Amino acid sequence: MSLLALVFYAAAAVAVVSTVLAISRSSPIHALLYLIVSLLAVAVMFFTLGAPLAAALEVIVYAGAIVVLFVFVVMMFDLQGERTKRSAWTSLRTWAGPGVLSAVLLAELLYVLAAGGSHALGPRPVPPGEVGLSLFSTYVLGVELAAMLLLAAVVAAFHLGSRKKASHHRLFEEPTP
Amino acid sequence: MATLLWLIPVLPLAGFAVLAILGRTMPRRLAAAIGAGSVGLSAALALILAVRFLGSPPPGDALTVNFWTWFEAGGLKPGLAFHLDALSLVFTLVVTFVGFFIHLYSTGFMAGDEGYSRFFAYMDLFVGSMLVLVLASNLLVLYLGWEGVGLCSYLLIGFWLKDPVNVRAAEKAFVVTRVGDTALAIGLFLIFSRLGTLDIQEVAAQAAAQWPVGSTLAIAAAALLLGGALGKSAQLPFQTWLPDAMAGPTPVSALIHAATMVTAGVYLIARMHAIFELAPPVRLAVAVIGAATLLVAGTSALAQVDIKRILAYSTISQIGYMFLALGAGAWSAAIFHFFTHAFFKALLFLGAGVIIIGLEEEHDIFKMGGLRKELPLVFWTFLAGAASLAAVPFVTAGFYSKEWILSAARASGPAGLWLWAAGLAGAFITVLYTFRMVFVVFGGPVANPVRRRPGAVMAVPLVVLGVFALLAGFLETPRVLGNLPFFSGLLRPILGGRGPEPAGPAQDAVLVIISVAVVVAGLVLAWLLYGRGPKHGQTTESGAGTSRARGFFFSGWGFDWAYDRLFVQPLAWLARINKNDVADLPFRGLAGAANGAHAALARTQTGRLRWYAASIAVGAAIVIAVAVLL
Amino acid sequence: MSAVPYEAALVVAGILFVLGLAGLVARRNLLFVLVSLEIMINAAGLAFIAAGSRWAQPDGQVVFLFILAIAAAEVSVGLALLLQIKRHFKSLDSDAAGTMKG
Repeated sequence: MSLLALVFYAAAAVAVVSTVLAISRSSPIHALLYLIVSLLAVAVMFFTLGAPLAAALEVIVYAGAIVVLFVFVVMMFDLQGERTKRSAWTSLRTWAGPGVLSAVLLAELLYVLAAGGSHALGPRPVPPGEVGLSLFSTYVLGVELAAMLLLAAVVAAFHLGSRKKASHHRLFEEPTP
Repeated sequence: MATLLWLIPVLPLAGFAVLAILGRTMPRRLAAAIGAGSVGLSAALALILAVRFLGSPPPGDALTVNFWTWFEAGGLKPGLAFHLDALSLVFTLVVTFVGFFIHLYSTGFMAGDEGYSRFFAYMDLFVGSMLVLVLASNLLVLYLGWEGVGLCSYLLIGFWLKDPVNVRAAEKAFVVTRVGDTALAIGLFLIFSRLGTLDIQEVAAQAAAQWPVGSTLAIAAAALLLGGALGKSAQLPFQTWLPDAMAGPTPVSALIHAATMVTAGVYLIARMHAIFELAPPVRLAVAVIGAATLLVAGTSALAQVDIKRILAYSTISQIGYMFLALGAGAWSAAIFHFFTHAFFKALLFLGAGVIIIGLEEEHDIFKMGGLRKELPLVFWTFLAGAASLAAVPFVTAGFYSKEWILSAARASGPAGLWLWAAGLAGAFITVLYTFRMVFVVFGGPVANPVRRRPGAVMAVPLVVLGVFALLAGFLETPRVLGNLPFFSGLLRPILGGRGPEPAGPAQDAVLVIISVAVVVAGLVLAWLLYGRGPKHGQTTESGAGTSRARGFFFSGWGFDWAYDRLFVQPLAWLARINKNDVADLPFRGLAGAANGAHAALARTQTGRLRWYAASIAVGAAIVIAVAVLL
Repeated sequence: MSAVPYEAALVVAGILFVLGLAGLVARRNLLFVLVSLEIMINAAGLAFIAAGSRWAQPDGQVVFLFILAIAAAEVSVGLALLLQIKRHFKSLDSDAAGTMKG
């Protein structure tokens, strides 16, 4: 097995283990930290798969912005206090059902893959330049739409997160005390 | 003549229409004028028609007028047609004549009643329907009239509809006669499907041609027609409705339940005699039923204390005599007895009505007494009617008609002796209960003084009917008593001659003497028992209390009790257990299933996020499995 | 690149996805629900990248970029809603917010 494959498998193991840990913690901050580890491992996997731009973006945007946003929100609004007793979350009864469900789905997926045979990856990694060119020629419409989506998300987040009363419609306004 | 013919039933029907629409806003005098006047006009026209018919009879002694085709469906093309011959002429004259006098009487009797115009509307409808019935040229028009009189009977029995007892009596009458009506309808189906026509003359011809004597079809058709007749004429086993029908106003009892509607069965059998002649077993059954009914009803009348119920059972008994005559083959004798019975029975009822009003709704004869002095006119006319009913010899109409029936029964074949004996016994009982009624009501000291005296409108009909009750018999006398065959001669073209007759004048005389002896014996016994007035202290023969025998006869031989156990209670039980209507089950089941499914599915809306997520995952797993494995 | 098997990457993506699903269904804390969602989205992205590399096309990475944008939008709105729920129900328990039932 070549070095690249070894790195791939190692990163995969790290990702799986840290994901398991992430979903089973009782403290949100701990879970988020494990999530970051998982994401970094996945970035490594991207690199070994020949997608360097994706790897970079995974680290910068996903781990570096999205999860950080999570952490900010937990910290600022003091959601840490939501820890519960360890036993409630890690009991077998809680995980039995979802565990079985997940196992079933995984089994189906493996079954499909097994039927498909084995393939090798393409000959070379795809450089960022190519991605950029494709993005702004073939998929330029998607880019514009993504931009609009992000604008909508910003507006929604601002509005929904404000401390003022949610509805200011004159018909729903309660009389001022 | 054709114009007169259609005017006669149309006038009362027009009276009904006017009174039904405008009656409530009309002044009473006008309502009375229209109600009684339309029937009176009809009577006058009927008289004119009779004179013309008898003076210059049309060819074939019958006049048929077809006004228009009623409908045409599947080979059945009945016309709205009237057929006038001697038989329908006799019935028409009786219905309009007696009907007019009863209407006249009602203008006085019903005065002060709040349903005045409604009463006359119903009565006019009744007279119109009865005329349609007797003038019908085909069985469908006859059935139309048949149903019409049944409806009017129901409406008029329950006339004072605020009292549930009256309504129940009306329902009972309707339901019991309905059984008979259904038999009649099935008989009509049979006749049409086998003979292809419903026109009465054609049915007679076709039946004679196609059905041999004693064939199953003839017996079936005759038996079904008999069923209809039994229901309408209140004979065994359908006689239970008539005594209860006395809940209606007395003129109703007089017109419908004595003189006319209950004789519709007699008319039907006489009219369809061709079919009955093809079915000897059914004819025998008619005679036997008639004989049995007259005995059952006669003995029941002996135990009654309500004056109208005595007269009701008496009516059932007398119609039994008519059926006896029909069964013996003496068709004209039955019609003659109908003729005389209409006069004296209507008279008796009208007289009873005067008494009832006079004593302010008192029906119990043992609370009446000595009315001979209080209401002398009523006494004499009532006596005339009672004498006719009891067939007092030689001077009353009832004697001649009953004598004709008895001699015909005696001569009618192997069962004749028994039928004659039954008729004779019935005559004895008739005298007994009739004069029991007369002596108790009119004899002895005055028990209750009379409050209201009858006016002229009520007195005149009594007198007129009384005269007829005595004189009408002289239209037909036996061979040994003058031999006047006018009535049978009139009906000869349709019903044949006098029917079975005893061998010779000697036997004729013997029968007459025996009848006279029976009547006299009955009179003597009645005088001994009741002639000296009710014993002091005995103010009433309590109807059901004193002895079981008396109770048995009082209840009309227990038929009501039997029918209640046999039919009414099982049906009521069935209705009770089916209260939630089995037939509704599919629909309610559907609604219930939908509700159940809703409740079950609503449980999936738990409001819990994890539940929803899990269900999505399960669904995905299933879908993938299906896609992958199948 | 031929050393790394393509199917292995898909298997890893699958494992990560079902882990995220398990966490989504099992945890009551809404914050963990969002975290599990992120895990699932990320796993999907991994699958796309693997597919893109299989054919040596940039399309896989382009889609991954879009997925990223979507994830970002979803997280921001989701966290804002989370805050509203916290304010309204005074807790982050998803079962406590289950008033839309029946």
